[in-house]
Amino acid sequence: MRQRDVNLLVFIILFAAALIWIDLPGNPGIHIRLGSLEIDKELRLHQGLDLQGGLQVLLQADVPPDLEASFDARTMEAARVIVENRVNGLGVTEPLVQLQGERRIIVELPGIENPDQAIATLRETGLLEFVEAGRTPLTEGMLIRTSLDVNPDQVFTVTTTVTDSETLTPTVTPVLTTTTVAASEELTPTATPTLTVTSDITETATLTPTETTTATEEITATEYAYGGRVFPTLMTGRHLRNADVSTDEMGQVVIAFELTEEGTQIFREYTLKHVGDIVAIVLDKRVLSAPVIRQAITTGKGVISSGQQGGFPLEEARKLAIQMKYGALPVPLKVVENRTVGPTLGQDSVQRSIRAGIIGLAVVLLFMIVYYRLPGALADVALIIYALINVALYKLIPVTLTLPAITGFILSTGMAVDANILVFERMKEELRAGKPLKVAMEAGFTRAWTSIRDSNVSTLLTCAILYWFGSNFGASIVKGFAITLALGVVINLFTAITVTRTFIRFTFHLTGDRLQKKHWLLGV
Amino acid sequence: MFNIIQRRYLYFAISALVILPGIVAMVISTARFGTPLRLSIDFTGGTLMELRFEQPIVPGDVRDVFVDYGLGDTSVTTAGDDHTALIRCKALDEEEKAQLQAAVRERIGPFEERRFEMVGPVIGSEVTQAALIAVLAASAVILFFIWWAFRRVPNSFRYGACAIFAMVHDVLVATGLFSLAGLLFEWEVDALFLTALLTVIGFSVQDTIVVYDRIRENVPKRRGEDYETVVNRSLLETIHRSLATQLNAIFVLIAILLFGGATIKQFVAVLLIGMFSGTYSSIFNAVPLLVVWNNGEVGAFLRRVFGRPARAAA
Repeated sequence: MRQRDVNLLVFIILFAAALIWIDLPGNPGIHIRLGSLEIDKELRLHQGLDLQGGLQVLLQADVPPDLEASFDARTMEAARVIVENRVNGLGVTEPLVQLQGERRIIVELPGIENPDQAIATLRETGLLEFVEAGRTPLTEGMLIRTSLDVNPDQVFTVTTTVTDSETLTPTVTPVLTTTTVAASEELTPTATPTLTVTSDITETATLTPTETTTATEEITATEYAYGGRVFPTLMTGRHLRNADVSTDEMGQVVIAFELTEEGTQIFREYTLKHVGDIVAIVLDKRVLSAPVIRQAITTGKGVISSGQQGGFPLEEARKLAIQMKYGALPVPLKVVENRTVGPTLGQDSVQRSIRAGIIGLAVVLLFMIVYYRLPGALADVALIIYALINVALYKLIPVTLTLPAITGFILSTGMAVDANILVFERMKEELRAGKPLKVAMEAGFTRAWTSIRDSNVSTLLTCAILYWFGSNFGASIVKGFAITLALGVVINLFTAITVTRTFIRFTFHLTGDRLQKKHWLLGV
Repeated sequence: MFNIIQRRYLYFAISALVILPGIVAMVISTARFGTPLRLSIDFTGGTLMELRFEQPIVPGDVRDVFVDYGLGDTSVTTAGDDHTALIRCKALDEEEKAQLQAAVRERIGPFEERRFEMVGPVIGSEVTQAALIAVLAASAVILFFIWWAFRRVPNSFRYGACAIFAMVHDVLVATGLFSLAGLLFEWEVDALFLTALLTVIGFSVQDTIVVYDRIRENVPKRRGEDYETVVNRSLLETIHRSLATQLNAIFVLIAILLFGGATIKQFVAVLLIGMFSGTYSSIFNAVPLLVVWNNGEVGAFLRRVFGRPARAAA
């Protein structure tokens, strides 16, 4: 036995030990901090949607004819960012938001409890409001509170904060009110407990007052402009019929808008009395534009012009018009595919797959020992190392395990021994031809190599095509199968050849020529 | 020496016997459903819902809820036990889904939504197209790979072509039997079926290559023997390996079939059939076909049938 083989054997043993550590359930992960080098890696198996339950939805841009011309990759990217932000707001661990093709976004939300509501949130066009700002100078991008609150949980999750639940009653959440708006001009989130609030608000305000901290309190205070002052909502996007880029008589770029009948009435009454005041256009509580009312708008048709010389830059005007018309998403999205798996179905699948995997592996191990005896037993050890490497890679890469992915892995263990079978059959042939043991063994490995190589390449080619198919059509389940099968094929080349050969050389070295006559041990 | 090659036409006949019922099933299926295989919503677009109720249900009652909503083209079956309903209907949007589920809850009873799959019709047709491309691409890539891998052997193109023939054999066996199962047990082709089919293609070729590799090795070594003898020798030398590998894969697949999750049963069944067919076709089709081609038997056969001279193949 050469030195190289001894080194290899030692390496394999150490390697296997490391693999077992990585594969152990409840592995703490790797967290190393060495100067500038920082490694922070969780080591655990990632379960796919079909195993842990969850939602996979494919959204497609539903481009209205008037947006078709300006629709491009940037539009989709902007939509993706918004969807991603909303997904993050749902509090799901390990969500996935990805562009697919030119007009689609794929979203995966593992373990989501209310898939229907999640879809509604993702597609939401956003709440557009026309807000009475009086003479308060609001600027673009400011986050403000308004008197209208359709979805308190979502927009105001951080506002129900009270520093000390002992002394403060949990009723100080003025943003949730619609009735106290007029009186709340001076109100800040840190308002004194003396303020009495109507009883129906108390209910909504009791959200989790004791668990909140001062820190969130501060965030709340700084996030909203003017200390969280509540601006009254005049009307909403429901009252807007159309908004478009246009030019005025001076040739300057403006945004022309048209109101519904109801909107026209509201706006006429308001603007008649408030010339000189500001009406802010607010999307999801963020100020888009804060124009000053120059004159009363009585016909329901008005224009927003920039206060600056030269008017709006065209790009900015277009963006504003689109936001007013279609909401926060630069393009409406419709659901073209939706797959939801309940958690119980997934759990059942996990247990069944694990059982099937263990039984399958056991049968293969047994077969190899019965059919090939001593070399078979050594190949079995290599097969176990093969399984360990696979699981370790699933944790390290990481590979998301779906039901087909697990099937791919189990199937690959069955196929993994193929290389060993090719080698051992060759070895037997050489032994029958009267070759000495060691010569026969080495010849088995060398001669079988070409067929192992060529046959595995064909499987890898198939995997590549499967992967392409899977990644182009949202069929991530197909992709998972292709990945685990391909990984299996590659790892197998290492374990079935290098590892098994090292074990066999070592064993033959230990036993010397005694094995030569014991043909039953070699399965000949 | 046992001679497999000699009885080649017997083995071709056995293949034909397995494939023919499948083709008949595909014809019947085409007449009945318009496609040779029953297609799932992955390809046609539509909705699949699995609802588990607290009490036993009658599928017809659940169906009535959908029919009353105007979805006459809805099928409802029980899955597993009579508490679980498997509902198939057209692609629903979120609003329709909410309304229908509310109606079901009201008229039938409370349930847990175990699975909900909705595929828009556009996606369905795209997947179908991609599936066809995937299968054709796999065939082409493999043909060129084998042609290239055996470039030093005389007539290397034949090896690729015969491997493809064996592959088509396996695809026909698998889809034919699946079509039959579609008629008998309402099995539907989904994206996973396609995955199984492509895997079968890969393994079928893997099997064939192992035998071809031995032929490649033996041809220059045994110049005295004729081609038929060399091929037969190569087959016998590798048959142990073929059977051993085959047995292993079959054991594993049977384990998954018996103990694995219900949702992948059809997937595994296709793999199993394909695996079996793959081994058979590489030993009894792909390799004997080389001899048939080499001896120019196709030409001779045509001559006999049509009674006029055909060009003899080299």
